[in-house]
Amino acid sequence: MAEPKIKDVLIEPVFNNNPIALQVLGICSALAVTTKLETSIIMSVAVIAVTGCSNAAVSLVRKFIPSSIRIIVQMTIIASLVIVVDQVLQAVAYEQTKSISVFVGLIITNCIVMGRAEAFAMKNPPLISFFDGVGNAMGYSVILILLGFVRELFGSGKLLGFPVLPLTTDGGWYVPNGLLLLPPSAFFLIGALIWLLRTWKPEQIEHD
Amino acid sequence: MPQPERSWYMFLRETAPGAFLVAAVLCIVCSVLVAGAAVILKPAQEANKLVFKQKNALMAAGLVEGDASPDAVKKVFADSVEKQLVDISTGEVVTADDVKFKIDDYDPSQAAKDPKLGEPVSPPAALPGIQKREPYTFVYEITKDGKPDGFIFPIYGKGLWSTLRGYLAIEADGQTVRGITFYEHAETPGLGGEVDNPGWKALWDDKKVYGEDGKVELGVVKGQGSDEYSVDGLSGATITSRGVDNMVKYWLGPEGFGKYIEKHRATSPGA
Repeated sequence: MAEPKIKDVLIEPVFNNNPIALQVLGICSALAVTTKLETSIIMSVAVIAVTGCSNAAVSLVRKFIPSSIRIIVQMTIIASLVIVVDQVLQAVAYEQTKSISVFVGLIITNCIVMGRAEAFAMKNPPLISFFDGVGNAMGYSVILILLGFVRELFGSGKLLGFPVLPLTTDGGWYVPNGLLLLPPSAFFLIGALIWLLRTWKPEQIEHD
Repeated sequence: MPQPERSWYMFLRETAPGAFLVAAVLCIVCSVLVAGAAVILKPAQEANKLVFKQKNALMAAGLVEGDASPDAVKKVFADSVEKQLVDISTGEVVTADDVKFKIDDYDPSQAAKDPKLGEPVSPPAALPGIQKREPYTFVYEITKDGKPDGFIFPIYGKGLWSTLRGYLAIEADGQTVRGITFYEHAETPGLGGEVDNPGWKALWDDKKVYGEDGKVELGVVKGQGSDEYSVDGLSGATITSRGVDNMVKYWLGPEGFGKYIEKHRATSPGA
């Protein structure tokens, strides 16, 4: 395998090897936090920070990690970083994170974070691993923010809390689609996104 | 010298003591990181929590909206409410001369835990899971154009997983509910967590507290609330609903703020 380039590890996961759309990883949290654009963005920032830093940290110590306990070592690093990120969020964005705090904690179990630590950071130097983590988390974030955008706009007629489509209850014309505020709608939207992406890039279609 | 370096790696990676050493060092580094973050960020988190509490108190009374900025909250809090320290068992407002502690340092939830200060909840089953309550607590009296316009009471009690803490606001008549909010709980999101749902909280507005005989009739019922005292239960959250029902009955009853309300309610509208 040729030496990976920073640009590639940063851009590839966004469209060509998207963790949600192609690998279908990490969709559990994508359902839960995307009813509003704001929480989607906060979750994205948190995941980018955790994945980037955990990849860099795992990569830094990769030569010392005994293979018998490597998963536990990775988990410990990831868990610590998630707690730190959660604490920072509580200090700078208390109210916005109150509703998603439980999901921030669950970043620990997000398959993308550990997947990248195990698949990439264990074999590559810290800097490139950091960007690989950031790139993959960005791939996750793009989907999250798209979902948040669609769900908040059509589910409650707002974007980032500001009314965009005037609701009938406030004298406007838009009847909000309540389904979009429920978790299953995120499944439908992810399905539609995967379909669109694979129509655009047919090489992603899996042949059985 | 590649040889010694290699053996050093080998020791850590291939032997059992090496694995223990790696694990131990990792644990220490990670715990320092986590503990450090918690300690450094604590003041900012506490400040956020305080503003959030104040905002919830004001939201219960309908004085601010959910998207109010911290500065707006502080301003309304300073202008429209008066903080009173109340002796729960007598319903009297107490001043700095009446108590041995400094009022600014007094923390009701700490006092409830203190073996010397905490007073037993009576009857003992009134607040399931909570045996002692604080002797004094802070009540916020709402003032409008210099006249009392209502009260904001702190309430708490156990739900399914956690202690729910919140505020219940009552009009000056001591009978009509202005609103309810919860600023701290850990109930199941989507089920008991629906106590935060604005739609459910809106059901409380304008409900009545006391029945003809002076007992607290206000409460949460299973299914749909049919009269002016009953609020719909939360579906899928029977125990949380019952917890809210218990805490409302206790805190507005004679063992809670009943005596205070008796003394401070406006006798005629606008008085």
